Amino acid sequence: MHQHTLTELSQLLQSKQLSSEEMTKTYLARAEKFNPLLNCYISLSPERALQQARAADKRIHQGNAGPLTGIPVTHKDIYCTDGLKTSCASKMLDNFIAPYNATVVEKLNDAGMVTLGKSNMDEFAMGSSNENSYYGAVLNPWDTARVPGGSSGGSACAIAARLTPVATGTDTGGSIRQPAALCGITGLKPTYGRVSRYGMIAYASSLDQGGPMAQTAEDAALLLNAMAGFDKRDSTCVELPVDDYTASLNNSIQGLKIGLPKQYFGDALDSNIGDLIHTAIKQLQQSGAIIHEIELPNTHLSIPAYYVVAPAECSSNLSRFDGVRFGYRCEDPKDLSDLYCRSRGEGFGKELKNRIMIGTYVLSAGYYDAYYLKAQKIRRLIRDDFQQAFKEVEVIIGPTSPTTAFKLGERTDDPVSMYLSDIYTVSVNLAGLPAISVPAGFVAGLPVGMQIIGNYFSESRLLNTAYQFQQKTDWHRTLPEGYN
Amino acid sequence: MSLEKTEIEKIAWLARLALDEDDIPGYARDLSNILGLVEQMNTIKTNDIEPLAHPMEIKARLRPDEVTETDQREKFQNIAPHVDNGHYLVPRVIE
Amino acid sequence: MQWETVIGLEIHVQLSTRSKIFSAAATAYGAEANRQACAVDLGLPGVLPVINAGVIKKAVKFGLAVNAEIAEHFVFARKNYFYPDLPKGYQISQLELPIVGYGQIAIRLDDGSNRIIGITRAHLEEDAGKSLHEDFHNMTGIDLNRAGTPLLEIVSEPDLRNAQEAVAYMKKIHTLVRYLGISDGNMQEGSFRCDANISIRAKGDTKLGTRAEIKNLNSFRFVEQAILHEIDRQIDILESGNKVVQETRLYDPDKNETRAMRSKEEANDYRYFPDPDLLPVELSRDDIESIRTELPELPDAKRQRFIKAFNLSEYDSSNLTISRELADYFEATVQASGGEAKLSANWIMGDLSAALNKENKDITKSPVTANALGGMIKRIKDNTISGKIAKQIFEDMWNGEGDADTIIEVRGLKQVSDSGLIEKLVDEVIAANPDQVEQFRSSPGEKQGKLIGFFVGQIMKKTQGKANPQQVNALLNKKLTAG
Repeated sequence: MHQHTLTELSQLLQSKQLSSEEMTKTYLARAEKFNPLLNCYISLSPERALQQARAADKRIHQGNAGPLTGIPVTHKDIYCTDGLKTSCASKMLDNFIAPYNATVVEKLNDAGMVTLGKSNMDEFAMGSSNENSYYGAVLNPWDTARVPGGSSGGSACAIAARLTPVATGTDTGGSIRQPAALCGITGLKPTYGRVSRYGMIAYASSLDQGGPMAQTAEDAALLLNAMAGFDKRDSTCVELPVDDYTASLNNSIQGLKIGLPKQYFGDALDSNIGDLIHTAIKQLQQSGAIIHEIELPNTHLSIPAYYVVAPAECSSNLSRFDGVRFGYRCEDPKDLSDLYCRSRGEGFGKELKNRIMIGTYVLSAGYYDAYYLKAQKIRRLIRDDFQQAFKEVEVIIGPTSPTTAFKLGERTDDPVSMYLSDIYTVSVNLAGLPAISVPAGFVAGLPVGMQIIGNYFSESRLLNTAYQFQQKTDWHRTLPEGYN
Repeated sequence: MSLEKTEIEKIAWLARLALDEDDIPGYARDLSNILGLVEQMNTIKTNDIEPLAHPMEIKARLRPDEVTETDQREKFQNIAPHVDNGHYLVPRVIE
Repeated sequence: MQWETVIGLEIHVQLSTRSKIFSAAATAYGAEANRQACAVDLGLPGVLPVINAGVIKKAVKFGLAVNAEIAEHFVFARKNYFYPDLPKGYQISQLELPIVGYGQIAIRLDDGSNRIIGITRAHLEEDAGKSLHEDFHNMTGIDLNRAGTPLLEIVSEPDLRNAQEAVAYMKKIHTLVRYLGISDGNMQEGSFRCDANISIRAKGDTKLGTRAEIKNLNSFRFVEQAILHEIDRQIDILESGNKVVQETRLYDPDKNETRAMRSKEEANDYRYFPDPDLLPVELSRDDIESIRTELPELPDAKRQRFIKAFNLSEYDSSNLTISRELADYFEATVQASGGEAKLSANWIMGDLSAALNKENKDITKSPVTANALGGMIKRIKDNTISGKIAKQIFEDMWNGEGDADTIIEVRGLKQVSDSGLIEKLVDEVIAANPDQVEQFRSSPGEKQGKLIGFFVGQIMKKTQGKANPQQVNALLNKKLTAG
């Protein structure tokens, strides 16, 4: 059963060949079996899951079920889930039982989905390898000596090992797309403002965006249908109607103009990955797409600008974790400063401290213009590059990550080498664009992801392109060995 | 840009982060490396460019002035480290 | 050396919206600790702010009332610092691009002259919670009910030159915000408070001296005393050859002194940056003009109108327009009295004010309505009652015994104006008091005025005070001098 896609599972439920309760038990059992090895879950919520599954079965019997009713889902542990531990993979929130639901969680609950548990991640979504977790690293199911990518590494891993049919993720600099690529699954980062950020614990507010992670583009479309939409609790959430993202999946991509940015195929890229992406592009050409070479000239500035903007916002966003109203509080603080410094010093991991301190530094008196303002100006250049490109082409394609999954511990001593993992993904966040990563083959047994970037609110076209690609390929249906 | 120990201590204090004395050289190295990466921004001139704070330059949507929140003190204070009689407690503050 | 004081005020006005500036929790005063602190106010992980339209409108009203430039595009910024009453570790405020730009307001000094005071800017921000230092066994208790309450911070130019001007300015802003209906101005509850920046320089210098900031002054009297004290302190320092230190100080009303604050001493680096959770607010010219049409008549305009329309003195008019409620009461009284502006003004500023003060009541809580007072004044004017009887009737109305006409009727207080009856009484009194008549007649004219009082008294005694005093006087004069 676990090999099925969400779409297939949904048909099994609707035709009453299977109950949600049975399905939920199967996935819970798989999670319990494989989690000790993979460490992709921080917590499982069997009681809640079974309760929701029974309610879903009732809904199905009453005939008022939707395509997601009764389908198990895993939430990245950054989404607040009322009554369940929401840790952000941090010691700081190890004791935090969220007192409310994130809007995304609320929407998926309303659709009748079943929450299996909360997935592991890099602490507060800061990382590209899932090694920055208070609960330990997540392993890549394709090779357990390697990382699954991050920060939504737990969600990507759980889908790849088929411990959950779908999962939620968040993407601030590539945190959905890069682990999707490294684990061989499909992950979509929507347009900034398409999915509510309410209840999604903030890392960098102007970059964070929640999105679906799944085996296939079709599943991602179904999940996005329920996740997207206006939320009056999020000022940055746009008030635009939501497409039915499944409606255009079958459209032809005949005549689709695809841009290949020169800058995405440079020296940094593993040539084997480059070859696979070119092969994938040929397949799209065979489906009628037209290829243009394009320029995104400021791409090399995106990582420097990102590592100013994101830490600046994070340094402020994380100030609320002070040991006063929730979360970790140090033992016997001798005074107020001691309470703050030790609660935060003991509660946050090393990479968080790096980023909080960089952010504090770039915003401080005398440095603001040289760093923060400068980064915002570069942000405009990067956005304008994309807008220039979208005058010529409809989507932009390249690799998601310059390498396949790297070894655990390989980059942990050098944050800068870790940051370069996101070289093809961060510019999309700076520009606020939607992008999807789809499996495009294997190099030495490790998955490779192809990234498709579109203009604002072009999620339908991205999913359509990805779906058409998946009709011609079966990379997304290939399973790692040992998880049957 | 290379950061000195005293600068790390100053930043850590602004951010209210207690650092182990032994870890400070490591942070100094990491932060200096990150700033080195960041300073690649200086390879281009940006004098005439307007900063961009948000990807889509749209205006704020305002909320009507209505009270819709209800009292959830018990639920919120269940997860608080130290409360007394409805108040959050901290070590005594001297003004 | 001759010294000159330079004062700038930062007035924090709590805007009287129902809900908070960035959350839908109530702003009502006096709830149990933390019962009006919602997830957003507490800064729980994952929550986000959404701007309250009512707050924007109220701030725009203020800006329009002081002829300020209203920003068509403004942003909110985060001011980062750690403090237990600041749940998020930052305050959402405005730095660049505040909602209200440069404006002006005229203040009136005791000598009757006017001064124009510049308003540098007014910006929106969220209030912090409260720290309570007693009752928690050597710990501090935090109540976040007030966190997120909307504040308009009105920053004056350093145009004020002494405590008296500072108080006049603060009172003017206080009157204005209450007229505009944007704040209740309640100083006990902290809805209206100010920080004073004070510096001293040698008279004639153009450069400002080093300033001290006195925080959280919440009454006009404290503002005055704190400034007076601080001026003395700084002059003492300068005259002994020392330098004033730039610092934040607190005023202690019990000791009537200011002292340096211990907690916020260190140089702060607030690391302001635009709040990424909020988008820029845009107001069109049309939005602003539509708010302008909702502005009420403002205090200065009302004062001028009262002078013209009711023929009042500058003094009476200023007093009656001190609050919108008082001015409304006055206008309603005049109308009910059939246009007796001067009498209405006298009664309101005299007996009514005294009675309200005595019971510590606000004009809106007056037991005597404007209609009732006007009705009584009408009866004075048409000679139904005398001014003396009116005082008694006013007291009865205050005690809830009905309107003037009812009281006059029930108590039989109607003035006796029957000239035949009055003449008869005058004749009786003259006949019964020959000695006094003789004394009157032998006295010089200027003394007769006093002596006539005896006869008036006798007649009032016979009529329980109801005889028309003008008629009695006229007849007595005629008859006594005729003899």
